[in-house]
Amino acid sequence: MAKEESGQSLNQIKKSTNIVFNIVFLILAVMCVIPLLFVFSISITDEEALRVSGYQLIPAQLSGSAYKFLWNERGMILRAAFMSILVTILGTIIAIALDTSMGYVVSRRNFRLKKLYTWLIFIPMVFNGGMLASYVVVNNILGLSNTIWALILPLACSSFSVTICRTFFRTTVPDSIIESAKIDGAGQFRIWSQIVMPISKPVIATIGMFAAFGYWNDWFQASLYIQDKNLQTLQSLLNNIQKNIEYIANNPYGGLSLQQYKASMPTESVRMAIAIVIIVPIACTYPFFQKYFISGLTIGSVKE
Amino acid sequence: MGNRKTTDGGGSKSGKPWWKRWSRDDTELFLLSLPTLLWFLTFSYLPMFGIIIAFKNYRLQPGGHGFIYNLLHSEWAGFGNFSYFFTSNSFTMLLRNTILYNIAFIIISASVAVGGALMLSSMRNKRGSKVYQTMMFLPYFMSWVVVSYFVYALLTPERGYINGIITSLGGERIMWYQEPKYWPFILIFLNTWKGMGYGMVLYLASITGIDPSLYEAAVMDGATKKQQAKHITLPAIKPVFIMMLILDCGKIFNSDFGLFYQVTGRIPASLYTTVSTFDTYIYNAIQSTAPIGQTAAASFFQAICSCGTILFANWVVSKLDNENRII
Repeated sequence: MAKEESGQSLNQIKKSTNIVFNIVFLILAVMCVIPLLFVFSISITDEEALRVSGYQLIPAQLSGSAYKFLWNERGMILRAAFMSILVTILGTIIAIALDTSMGYVVSRRNFRLKKLYTWLIFIPMVFNGGMLASYVVVNNILGLSNTIWALILPLACSSFSVTICRTFFRTTVPDSIIESAKIDGAGQFRIWSQIVMPISKPVIATIGMFAAFGYWNDWFQASLYIQDKNLQTLQSLLNNIQKNIEYIANNPYGGLSLQQYKASMPTESVRMAIAIVIIVPIACTYPFFQKYFISGLTIGSVKE
Repeated sequence: MGNRKTTDGGGSKSGKPWWKRWSRDDTELFLLSLPTLLWFLTFSYLPMFGIIIAFKNYRLQPGGHGFIYNLLHSEWAGFGNFSYFFTSNSFTMLLRNTILYNIAFIIISASVAVGGALMLSSMRNKRGSKVYQTMMFLPYFMSWVVVSYFVYALLTPERGYINGIITSLGGERIMWYQEPKYWPFILIFLNTWKGMGYGMVLYLASITGIDPSLYEAAVMDGATKKQQAKHITLPAIKPVFIMMLILDCGKIFNSDFGLFYQVTGRIPASLYTTVSTFDTYIYNAIQSTAPIGQTAAASFFQAICSCGTILFANWVVSKLDNENRII
């Protein structure tokens, strides 16, 4: 093996240790990925084979019936997927707008209300009203239940992402650019949207990624605020199916006969197939975006 | 006017009152920040007034008024809602579960992340290390609903993979979702599993930022691997470590709701005392018909404790090492 930079090679470990490390990480890495294969192989196994021999990593009998079922029920799946995509895109755009505008404002040293704003943003980091109070605000005071806004607005901003933006703007956007734009007669809104934003792609990508994955993965807001079936996202669809199945398991004698209930439920391979539908877009994209999640924390931790 | 010292830069000492020093720039910046300001007031500050609910016996008032009207016209309960919560059977159990799980999570996750980062940084095959990092990062991007499907595939008693292995080896099936004794380990394992990729890569980022000449100098002076780790690598990751520690301490009264609620299958009765935390208790109370004041008391207690611990952790760090405090 060719030696790398001198500093690295001096610090290098023995070959035998390296092999041990490789084995350890190989095991850990496989542990992180293999559940995906478990779920996938259930989704392509014949339901009868599942009943007879349980789950197996290599399906006893292949079957595409779960995916065929999803295709036949595509109205439901596509509607949920559409909701997921809509919430993710709309939410991410709103989140970026709210975070960067506030981040820009508090990064301006001359702003009169800077001190007040800094506290305003800091306090929610250490104190919040709690889950119940947030629920009351969204549900009882704003009346957002069963609207798409209940999925978007509560997650649209955070002190954390505003702080990331502020730190980024303060450290990378030179004051001279802003001053010269001001001399040219540009207002603050134009400076923010046409000068600061175009040169701040790294931070926009970072907070955008946090927001997008947060929205795509959210099921909690939906479970609190959404009962309307038309507003289900993929995550809440998955959540609701599981909830109904557990309800049956726990109340075997509740009203209808068990058989009737069971017949109306998606089979296990179908449920696993829905899970795959959710996972695949993430599993295919996260390796490209992974670095932004780290840079978010490292930017955010820089103190003034 | 003549003795004005500063013209800008937050010169609060200047003679003019603030509204006269207010410039067009300030107006524009204020307008630009207005949407976010409203967001903070609505979604962060308005809930803080939810504290009132905890001191009231909320009742619907005649006349079909809104929530706030009903709340303000409900009678005061003093600390009644709190004493109800503190003396209920659940309180000690919830406190114990929430704190013990969090302590276990913090210690184990931090050790795995730091240990893993040290190992990854010293690996010879950099490309292999990148592949491992990416693979280990995957669970971080899965929601707990999806993870609960993974767990279900492994643990469901009749068909699950694990019982399949146990029975093929001649063992008895285990009814996983009804046996509380396994769950602390399962939950700790899953929490570590989900966060380890993120933790390792985070620490690795600060390790790779270390100037290699430091190691060169150390080797010249005859430092061993262990000494290098102790005197160069660990000090370099200390700021991130302390920041994470303070943030984690702030969450010690909170729990990752999805982990406790989804993964256990919505907390079946047999697991109730093992896996319930403040969050699952409050969530269930919201979904049930429990008086809102009592739920608010539990919720408010949790929020106050979180605030207390984060300030305390920051204070301890500032006493020990003032440079690394985050506030």
